[in-house]
Amino acid sequence: MTTTAPSPTVTTTPATSSGEAPRRRRRRPTAGRLLGWLVLALVMLATLLPFYWMLRTALSTNAALPGGAADPLPVGLSIEGFRRALGLATAAESLADGGSGASLDFPLYLMNSVIVATLVTVFQVFFSAMAAYAFARLRWPGRDVVFSIFLAGLMVPIIFTLLPNFLLIRDLGLLDTLPGIALPTMIMTPFAVFFLRQFFAGISVEIEEAARLDGAGRFRTFFTIILPMAAPAVATLALLTYMTAWNDYLWPLLVSQSDQSRVLTLALGIFRAQAPQSAPDWAGLMAATLLAALPMLLLFLAFARRIVNSIGFTGIK
Amino acid sequence: MSAATHAPTTTAAPRSDGRATRRRRNLGDLPAALVFVLPATIGFVVFLLWPTLRGIWLSFTDTTAFQAGGFIGLENYQRLADDPVFWNAFGVTLWYVVLNIGIQTTLAVLVAVLMHRLTRSMVIRGIILTPYLVSNVVAAMLFLMLLDYQLGFVNEVIAALGWDRVMFFGDQSLVIPTIALVNVWRHVGYTALLVFAGLQTIPGNLYEAGRVDGASELRMFRSITMPLLRPYLGLVLIVTMIGSFQVFDTVSVATQGGPANASNVIQYYIYEVAFSRGYDFGYASAMSVALMVVLATISIVQFRLTRANQNDMA
Repeated sequence: MTTTAPSPTVTTTPATSSGEAPRRRRRRPTAGRLLGWLVLALVMLATLLPFYWMLRTALSTNAALPGGAADPLPVGLSIEGFRRALGLATAAESLADGGSGASLDFPLYLMNSVIVATLVTVFQVFFSAMAAYAFARLRWPGRDVVFSIFLAGLMVPIIFTLLPNFLLIRDLGLLDTLPGIALPTMIMTPFAVFFLRQFFAGISVEIEEAARLDGAGRFRTFFTIILPMAAPAVATLALLTYMTAWNDYLWPLLVSQSDQSRVLTLALGIFRAQAPQSAPDWAGLMAATLLAALPMLLLFLAFARRIVNSIGFTGIK
Repeated sequence: MSAATHAPTTTAAPRSDGRATRRRRNLGDLPAALVFVLPATIGFVVFLLWPTLRGIWLSFTDTTAFQAGGFIGLENYQRLADDPVFWNAFGVTLWYVVLNIGIQTTLAVLVAVLMHRLTRSMVIRGIILTPYLVSNVVAAMLFLMLLDYQLGFVNEVIAALGWDRVMFFGDQSLVIPTIALVNVWRHVGYTALLVFAGLQTIPGNLYEAGRVDGASELRMFRSITMPLLRPYLGLVLIVTMIGSFQVFDTVSVATQGGPANASNVIQYYIYEVAFSRGYDFGYASAMSVALMVVLATISIVQFRLTRANQNDMA
C-alpha cells in the first residue's frame, strides 16, 4: 500500500526515522479516513461555534434577539452591548436597551486583572527559577529530600489551602487588596519549580563550567548563562502562569469585596448576577464575556505554538 | 556572595569525587543553594505547608470567620457523617465526576488518536485547545446563553426539530449532566493534547509492522495504541479527576447549587458553609479534609489499577 502512494512527499521525507515517515505519506482516502476527518471537523465546529455565537449575540440588540434567536448573523446590529459592558452607556440608555442599568467599571477590572496576573507571573517565575536552579545544578546536602517535599506539594488540592490562606491574608490585613489576591501564588508553586528544574537539568554542564572557570560565581552563572539558555522554557512557564492567574475565580472571590480589588472573572459573575432573571441582557452579557476572554485569546493567537507544545510536558508531573 | 569565592573548587566536584577535600564535598554548594532556595521555601512553607497543617487542625476546632475556636475533637466529623446536605453534595459531585471524566476522556482519546493517525496540523491542535484558554466563568456564560430556554441556540434547534424546549440548568436531573458537558467543552482539547503527547511516545514502526501484517486501524488501536498508552492514560486520569472533583466556578456562576441542591457540589457547599451560611470554618475544613482523603484514595487506587508507572511492553 505504501509503495503505491502517489504522493511526492514520499521522496522529500525518506524513511530516515522509520517512526515518522509512514505517517506523513499521503494514503488513499478510505471510508475510515473520511469518517475520521468528519469527526475531527465536528469537534472543531463544536469548539468554535460558542465563540462565534458569543460575538454574534454581543453585536445584536436585546429587542431584536427574540425575533431571530437562531439567526446566524447579529440581529439588530449594534455596539450598545459593548457600551453597556464597558460602562459607557448611561443608566437610561442601558435600561432602554434591556440592560440592568447597573454600572460596571470595566477598565478598572481589566487593570486589576493585569496587575494581579503580572505580579504573580513575574515573581513566581523568578523565585521558582532560583529554586529550580538550586535543585538542578547545585550540590548540597538534603537537596533531594527538600525537592521531594516540594513535589509532594503538587498533591495538595488547592481547595485545601483556601480557608487557612484566607485567614492568613485577613490577619495580614490584605483582604480586598490586589496583593492579597496575588500573594499565595506569587512566590512559588511546586509545579513551576518542577517544570523549570527539568529544563535546567538539560542545559549542558560544559558551558556553565567554562563560565565558572572564567571566575563567574553562582549568581552570575544563573543570570548570564542558565536563565538566557532556558529562556524558551521560562517564557512558556510565564505564559501558563499568566493564564492561570488571569482565569482564577474562587480565590479572588474569597479575597475581593469591592471594586478596588475586583478582577475580570469576578466582575463577569457580578454582571451576570445583576442581569434580570426573566429577560437577561444577553447582548451586554456576551459583550462583557467577549471582552473578558479577549486578552487570553489574543495571547493564545500570539503564542499558540509555544502553548500547544507545552501541554504534553505540563500535564504529566 | 561567599559562594562565589570558593566556586572554582567546587566545579570540579562532580568529576573528581575522590580528590575533592572531604569537607568541601559534603557541603557542596550549600551557601549559594540556601540563597537560591530561600524565597521559594518561604513561599512553600507559608502558603502551602503551613495552611495544609492548619487546615487539618481547623477541622478539629469550632473556628469561625470571626473568632479563633477551640479544640472540639471529632465533633465536626460527626456532624459531617449526619449531614444529609453533605452526602447529597458528595453524591452530586461523584455523579458529576463520572459524567465529566467519562465523556471527556473518551472524546479526548478519540480526538487524539484521530489526530495521531491523520494529521500533524498545529492549527487543528490550536483550535481544539482554544476553550482551555478562557476561564470557567467565560465558559459558563457562553453556555448559559447557548442553552437558554427562550433564546438559546440549542433550544432553537431543538424546537425547530419539533421537540420540547429543555431547561438545561433549571431541571434537577439535567443540571449536573449539563455542567459536566460545559466543562467537557472547556477541557477536552487540553486532555486530548495530553493523550496526543502520550501517543507520540509510541514508536511509529509498530504501526508500520502492523500494517505489513494486514492489521486494521481498529486492531492496531486495540493491540498497539491502548497497551502502550495505558500507563500514560492512568496519569492523565489522575490529574483530570483531581481537577474534576474540585468543580466550583461553573456552579457558582450558572446555578449557585440549584435547583434545590441538585448541583450543590462539595466544593460549593464548603464555600457556602465557610462564607455565606454561618461562616463555620471548622466544619468547612472538616469537609475539605474529607475531600482530600477521597482524592488521595482515588489517586492511589487508580495508580495501582492502571499500573501507571509501567507499560505492558516494558
